[in-house]
Amino acid sequence: MNQETPVWEVFIRPRNGLAHKHVGSVHAADEVMALQSARDVYTRRGEGLSVWVVRSKDIVASDPADKDELFEPAADKIYRHPTFYDIPDEVGHM
Amino acid sequence: MTDKEALFEFLLRLADDHLVLGHRMSEWCGHAPTLEEDLSMPNMALDLIGQSRNLYTYAGEVEGLGRDEDALAFLRTEDEYKNLLLVEQTNEDFAQTMLRQFYFAVFMELFWEKAHSSSDEVLAGIAGKAIKEIAYHVRHSAEWIIRLGDGTEESHQRMESAVLELHRFTDELFEIDDVISSVVEAGIIADPSSLKAEWDRRVGQVFAAAKLEVPVEYWPQSGGRAGKHGESMGYLLTELQYMQRTYPGMTW
Repeated sequence: MNQETPVWEVFIRPRNGLAHKHVGSVHAADEVMALQSARDVYTRRGEGLSVWVVRSKDIVASDPADKDELFEPAADKIYRHPTFYDIPDEVGHM
Repeated sequence: MTDKEALFEFLLRLADDHLVLGHRMSEWCGHAPTLEEDLSMPNMALDLIGQSRNLYTYAGEVEGLGRDEDALAFLRTEDEYKNLLLVEQTNEDFAQTMLRQFYFAVFMELFWEKAHSSSDEVLAGIAGKAIKEIAYHVRHSAEWIIRLGDGTEESHQRMESAVLELHRFTDELFEIDDVISSVVEAGIIADPSSLKAEWDRRVGQVFAAAKLEVPVEYWPQSGGRAGKHGESMGYLLTELQYMQRTYPGMTW
């Protein structure tokens, strides 16, 4: 186990209505064992209602070197943040 | 033997099975082959020890002599422990550990399913919690048996050795004596021999997927219920009881 054993990314949904959130990874030979390992490693304190595992190699990730062209253009577009509107008191929390 | 004595003796056996197997499993903590299993095995150990605590506490109440879970778990001598020989067998390797867990868990899953509708409300309550935990033990150990049995040449050979070593201890799961007859008659548990066919079927199913043969001829071993244990049991108890024997009544 280790070099040959695939790595799986683990996602847990803590409550109904929330999205699955990445919590870490496990090593496992196949999807059944990956799910069991994820349960054993990441849900020991009642963290979840649902677990997803995905092979790490199947995740398509952005290149850290591209971060300027991908993310920086958003920095000066402050009007995209909904902070310029007065919300009437009657609306309460939005 | 009164009904009460039989019930106490029966609960003690069941509690001892869980404590001893839980202790064996806990011996892997920090020594498992992978981090994932290093969490999984102590998880199972904690499930088993938790179940033993409920059973000891109830046994102490039934006995009515003021013994609590600690007195029953830590302050008896070797021949007063009534666990199955199967559960005290040493870990040896991962294959043997998983097989021991599997044999026991398959039986307990069937046992707790029946005990859920026991005439004894406390036992039915314990069953309700235990059944979920033990179902996972079956699932996890079965998946490993299949992968090791149908894995590499070495993993297959280790599974075969484990079967050869442990299968002879499985008949004891289904044994009936005066204690068992008494609690069966009272509607507290199902007759364990009635669980044998389904146990055989479930074990056979996993063995088939694991390319393992269920032994036909072997020499059945028993004696645990009468307090007769193997050599390794003394070492297990020495470690288990050390703190309470050295610092009586200690708590933390």
